[in-house]
Order: sequence, then C-alpha cells, then structure tokens
Amino acid sequence: MSDLIELTVTEAAVRIRSGELSPDEYFEAYRRAAAGDSLNAFLWTAEDTAQADLEGTRAARDERDSERPLDGIPVAVKDIFCTEGIPTTAGSRILQGYRPPYTATAVRRLRDAGARILGKANMDEFAMGSSNENSGYGPVLNPWDEGRVPGGSSGGSAAAVAGRLAPCAIGTDTGGSIRQPAALCGIVGMKPTYGAVSRYGMIAFASSLDQCGPLTRDVSDAALLLRAMEGRDPCDSTSVGIEGGIELPSREDLKGLSFGIPRELASDAEGIESGVQEVFERTVALIEELGGEVSETELPHAPHGISAYYVLAPAEASANLARFDGVRYGMRVDADDLTEMYEETRAKGFGPEVKRRIMLGTYALSSGYYEAYYGRAQRVRTKIAEDFSRAFERFDFVVTPTSPTVAFKLGAKTDDPLAMYMNDYCTVPMPLAGIPAISIPAGVAPPADGGPDDARARESATRLPVGFQIAGPAFSDSAMLDAAHALEMAIGFRRNGTAT
Amino acid sequence: MIRPMIDREQVLHVAKLARLKLSDEEVERMTSELSGILEHVERISELDLDGVEPTSHVIALENVLRPDEPRPSWDRDEVLERAPDPAGGSFRVPSPQA
Repeated sequence: MSDLIELTVTEAAVRIRSGELSPDEYFEAYRRAAAGDSLNAFLWTAEDTAQADLEGTRAARDERDSERPLDGIPVAVKDIFCTEGIPTTAGSRILQGYRPPYTATAVRRLRDAGARILGKANMDEFAMGSSNENSGYGPVLNPWDEGRVPGGSSGGSAAAVAGRLAPCAIGTDTGGSIRQPAALCGIVGMKPTYGAVSRYGMIAFASSLDQCGPLTRDVSDAALLLRAMEGRDPCDSTSVGIEGGIELPSREDLKGLSFGIPRELASDAEGIESGVQEVFERTVALIEELGGEVSETELPHAPHGISAYYVLAPAEASANLARFDGVRYGMRVDADDLTEMYEETRAKGFGPEVKRRIMLGTYALSSGYYEAYYGRAQRVRTKIAEDFSRAFERFDFVVTPTSPTVAFKLGAKTDDPLAMYMNDYCTVPMPLAGIPAISIPAGVAPPADGGPDDARARESATRLPVGFQIAGPAFSDSAMLDAAHALEMAIGFRRNGTAT
Repeated sequence: MIRPMIDREQVLHVAKLARLKLSDEEVERMTSELSGILEHVERISELDLDGVEPTSHVIALENVLRPDEPRPSWDRDEVLERAPDPAGGSFRVPSPQA
C-alpha cells in the first residue's frame, strides 16, 4: 500500500493504463490516507469510488479507455470549486451545507480525463489569506511541522499533496494562493496564464486575477493536470486556453535560455530570510550549470504590487461577495426587515478577514475615493505589466524566491494583517500582469523564528522547504514547465531529505 | 500621532454600504487595521501615473458573442431547494419596509 502512495501521478497513470495497477486499489490507498487526515486538509472526503466518480465517469472507466490520461487518478479539489451534489463552502460558514447544482469546468475536464474526486480541500475563506488560518473550519497544519502554517489560500490542497494524503490537487491563485502554499509545503504549484483555464464554477474572489492551477509532487504531474484542464469554455468568456495545448516537459538542460533576476524581488527585497536567500542563490548557480544565462534585471514597479493588489482584489471581492445575502443559497439569519437580514447574515456568515477585505474594497470604490485608490491601482497595474514586458524583451523568464520566508508558526501573523499581506510580495506582480508562474521546491532552510524553544529540539528541528519561482510571458506555460522540469531534475528535491 | 486614514464614522458608513453589521469592537479594530493598510497603499500616490492607461483586465479580448438561442435553464425546484426560505416557487425574504 505505502509504495503506491510514493508514485507520482505520471507513474501511476501509466501503470493504471497498462493494467499493472488497479485504479480501485490505488483509490482505496488514498481514501484511507485522506480519511485519516490529521492536518485538517480536507473539508469533505469521498467514502467510496461511487462518490468520487462524478456522473459520467464510471461508464467511461468500465470501457477502459486507454486514451484517458488521468484514468483512475484521485484529485484533491480546493473547496472553491463547485461540485455537483458534493458540499462546497469556499472555506466559509456562510456556505455551510451548500451542495451546488453543477460542477466547475476545471473539475469536469479532470473528470473527463478519468480523474476521481478524492476530497474537497480546506482553504482560507473565499481564498483570502496566506496561511489558511482564515478558514471557517479551522486551520490546516503543515506536514513538515504541525506547529506551522501550510501557506494559503490553497493550504489544504498543498498540505494534502505534501502530506501524502493525495497524489495531486488543484487550487486557485489570485495573488499567490497556489505558489506560496506549494513553496511552504515543498511541492510544485503553478498559476497558469490568465485565461488558460475556465473560471466557470470557481467561486469568484477577484475575477480579473483568479486562475485555477495544479499542486503536485513534480513538474510533469503539473503539466499533466494543466493539459487536461486548459481550454476555451463557452461558460467563461475570458477563457481562451493555450494554443496548441500543453506539452509534457522533457528538457534536460537550460541551454539557450535566459533568466532575469529582478532585484526588487530578490536582492533588494526587504524581509527575505537568509536561509531562503541562500537556497535561491544556490538554485541560480544550478541554472548556470545547466547552461542557462542569468543576469540581473529590474521590475521598478513590482514593489508597489502589494499596494495595487490590496486595492484591486478587495474591490473586486466586495462586488463578487455581494451575492452572499441569505436569499438564494447558504445560511440566513432571520430578521424582521430585509436590510437587517442582509446585515445580520453577512455579519454571522463571514469571518474577520473577509469582512476586512469587503470593507477595504467598498471603501476604495466609494464616492470620493474611487480615483485615489481604485483608479491609481489600475494604473500601477499597467506599469507592472509594462515592466514585465520590458524584461521579457531581454529574458525568456524571470526568477525570484516564491515566498520571503519558510513556513511560519500558527498564529504568528494573525494579529497583523499587513504583515500577513507581505507574504505575497514576490507572487502578486504576476497575476496583476496575467502571466504564468510556477514554484518548485528548491531546498530546505532553518526557520528564522528559531524553531522550538528547547535547545535540543531545535538542534534536530526540521528544516523547512523553500520555493523557487519562475515566471514567463503570457502563454509561455509549456516552455516554462519545460524549463522548470530541467531545473527540478538538477535540484533533486526529496521530501524526506535535503536537496542536493 | 499618525493621522488615521479612516475614522469611525467612515467605517460605519462603509459597513452600511457593504451591508455588514459590525459590533462596537469590530468597528474599533477595523478603524485601526484599515488605517494601517491604507497607509501602506497610499505609497502609490507618490508615483507619477499621468497619462498611464488603467488596466481592468489583462488579456485583450473583443466581446465574445454566441448565438442567442433559447435553451433550457436549471430546474426551478432544484435551484430553490438550496435557498434558506423558498416559497411558492420563489425566494421569500422579509419585507423591505418592516
């Protein structure tokens, strides 16, 4: 059983298609693992294959369609994706008990490729957070150190994959919500180009930024999942897909490729831990060893990414979350008057961070402040996109640390919203520009916050994973995965050891 | 003393616009937290953005149209069964003028 859990999705899929591995046995191994979840990574898990197979899957599987690339692969689905008849809460109490009447396109495409839904992954409420401590259903624990956060907002997805409770997962990334938890949990996480994957059935946070992507053990698995999910969807007019589809990565070196290091997000960035910096520099040296060309570049407006993002995303969220009003779905707090019903329902249903963002967004859009905040933030967004365009005239990719820190302790930043927002410093500029970016595990580092108090425990304390981020121009998703694959092979990261 | 970016009255006004009932303690906390965040955000006011076009969306898309053909929608009962208070084939709400 346990060696089944060690297979990558790519390996398992090959064995299932050749008849060497029983898909039901494979599912059962993960069903048991997920049912024994001690990380709070799941909000719902399938009890059997009948629950995991959405309508239409079983018949197709019985025909043993060898063309289905994810046949029999269990997937942890972030609870932000609507799944027909399966509870979907987006991590919010306001949607407790909600069972959607339809399934998100991304999930349907995975199903059409043969995948099964293993469970719905815990997350920061409505994807607002960087530690998963904003879930309405309790925080997720980091499998590397259960006293620490897994990152967020796709924290359940990341912890499930890193903790061997799921072979792969999908999440959503608005300002870093796939890449940052992937980095903190030592796995691969990718935010595709905006428009690559349909947003239909993905509960909206900030519609101009939200994008669905994979969280996996390695880059090939990420490519496999994205290949199944991408594509134009008549139900999302902003979905355009990737022309020619996603190619599976095969590159073994980085010859002929150039990588820019934006100093604003690397050497000049404030708050990057020395351990993270060290791993970053070691990885850059590896790129050169693989034949890649590396030099410094600049993204002058990137340091303003956090300011622009924390105006634009809350502004869009304040509009998107207006639909949770106690009328059509979810919970309601009864009141004598309609307005009071709205106010009481939203007061009880939303957690503190969601309220904070709704307030921030409503304020930024309110009369008299619109131009000073929302208008200016949209112009900063233009400047950030222009900075990237300029960098990509010279370089194929830019590289940065994914997160300024390794996984921090539970509760360490919950009283300081701004400190929490700064976790997204290296990841927000990319979605603002709509470009793809991937985080791969690049090594481990000791936590800067000292680890356990006890000296002996500290000596043997787990060192924590560090992510390395690669970003490319819009629709360079395949090329970016290919480069990430070559680098990943050279890094040789292993869950239970150090990177070599 | 740092000038608060947003005061208590404004917090209450915005909460009303957002249809959020805040407790006194939440109003207190929101006033100080939002001020801190807005103070950080305010840094973008130092940038010269004259003549810069705003970006509301990253991909240049023309209007995406489809033929306007009638097709069945969701089943009414299936949608209503998810509502907190369905009645008579509709969503029932308390009176706006109670």
